[in-house]
Amino acid sequence: MNSEGTLVALGTIVRREVTRILRIWSQTLLPPAITMTLYFVIFGSLIGRRVGEMAPGVSYIEYIAPGLVMMSVIQNAYGNISSSFFGAKFQRFVEEMLVSPMPGWTILAGYISGAVLRGLMVGLIVLAISLLFTKIHVYHPLVTLTTFLLAAVIFGMLGFINAIYARKFDDIAIIPTFVLTPLTYLGGVFYNVAQLPSPWKEISYANPILYMVNAFRYGLLDTSDIQLGVAYAVMLGFVVLFGVICLSLLKRGVGLRS
Amino acid sequence: MSISPSTPPALEVRDLKKIYPNGVEALKGVSLTVQAGDFYALLGPNGAGKSTLIGVISSLVNASSGEAFVFGVPIRTRRSDAMQMLGLVPQELNFNLFEQPFQICINQAGFYGVPRKIAKERAEKYLKQLGLWDKAFEVSRTLSGGMKRRLMIARAMMNEPRLLILDEPTAGVDIEIRRSMWKFVQGINAAGTTVILTTHYLEEAEQLCRNIAIIDHGRIIVNTAMKNLLGKLDVETFVLDLATPVDELPTVDGVRITRIDAHTIEAEMSRAHDLNSLFAALSARGITVVSMRNKANRLEELFVRLIDANDKAAAA
Repeated sequence: MNSEGTLVALGTIVRREVTRILRIWSQTLLPPAITMTLYFVIFGSLIGRRVGEMAPGVSYIEYIAPGLVMMSVIQNAYGNISSSFFGAKFQRFVEEMLVSPMPGWTILAGYISGAVLRGLMVGLIVLAISLLFTKIHVYHPLVTLTTFLLAAVIFGMLGFINAIYARKFDDIAIIPTFVLTPLTYLGGVFYNVAQLPSPWKEISYANPILYMVNAFRYGLLDTSDIQLGVAYAVMLGFVVLFGVICLSLLKRGVGLRS
Repeated sequence: MSISPSTPPALEVRDLKKIYPNGVEALKGVSLTVQAGDFYALLGPNGAGKSTLIGVISSLVNASSGEAFVFGVPIRTRRSDAMQMLGLVPQELNFNLFEQPFQICINQAGFYGVPRKIAKERAEKYLKQLGLWDKAFEVSRTLSGGMKRRLMIARAMMNEPRLLILDEPTAGVDIEIRRSMWKFVQGINAAGTTVILTTHYLEEAEQLCRNIAIIDHGRIIVNTAMKNLLGKLDVETFVLDLATPVDELPTVDGVRITRIDAHTIEAEMSRAHDLNSLFAALSARGITVVSMRNKANRLEELFVRLIDANDKAAAA
């Protein structure tokens, strides 16, 4: 397949993913808007007032806003690809792509793009909601954008791996419930991990979401609990690791070809 | 479209083996060649290995060993180039039931790198040819069974394949729609597309296909021209409907006559035997035949015998 054809194929998957996201907007875009509004009301406005400043000049609601945006991006990037790709497997229309001349990386790139776009849509919705409760100034646009992209790609790929191994719908609910949600809550969205006692503080540094939340917070608030260079190194490391795993699974046809 | 003598075979399979992880040996060294432009039947009982073979050819199943080539292009090492020439209509429905037929066809074309403008034109063309244009923008899960089958044929045509594989495309489809589907497929075959067909409706295979392979227990047991295979059928059975009830059966040399009911008898005879002696004997006894038909489709008769013989040989 020539490069022009590959681009057409990639565009086809992306278009199909975006169409799906918009077609079922009440499942893809509305729930995070409602959930995050509740977070802002309860944690930001009600509890946040009593917490005080998290950093000089940074109120609690301002502190948690980037984390909540990142949390939405992560959960939706993951959820989009795991449910969409598993749905394609379950209904067997993944075979449309598997028998086509498309290389495996194009399938991966198409689904990852869909995950990133859903993350972007949800991220912008949550960011808009946060503006109803607090002021957000983007201090470092490039850091904000790259952190968003890296986080969406990492969790998109993780969702892809989950969908490849999943045999039933329960299998794509287990990881978000028992792994993703705890990691997100323990990833420094609501608190500064430096305040945790040992060994919880050290354990928290093994949580990749911590680095994403803090890099994103740096982009929006110019404050972070983690060194930016370390955060980027961790995120890029995960992109490479998960990318290699995804491509290897696709090449071997694990969970897709008999 | 004319086929040049130098054109490589549309499909060449060499000593293909497939052992599934559970130990089931689905293909035990299958070799066959389908010439370009052919209309080829691949028959076999359930579980014989047909779908596994088609799975390997369409790259959905990884072969354990052996090679397969589409127009001379090896699937194992040049999968993308080989798949570009292939169209597949699978046995099971495998499209997104929440999408519209038009969208399904355009997406399929996109996966093959066909630009969107051309994809739209092709989608309209093939959906119209298969009588689905009035349903093109309805959610596909609302289509009837026959429409869903036709949609899969339209979808398989979106890359205008040189080799089209139809895996039981008419299963559960009524006779009228089946005929319209065959008319379409015969049309594309006449235009140069090689067609490989698996079906359980053997009269279809007999009418449509020029060459045939029969697979059983993962092995090809017959691979020949349809004419040659049908020529091997040495015995035929006719069902005769009688005008009046018959109590005593006539005896005719070389013909085994059995009574089905008062108005119906069966006559089994060698193909070399003429029918005149049978009718003469029946007339002599005052028996009037009002109608006559073959008991079974010729290919069906042969198919059953071959599979039966193969089963006995395997058991021995």
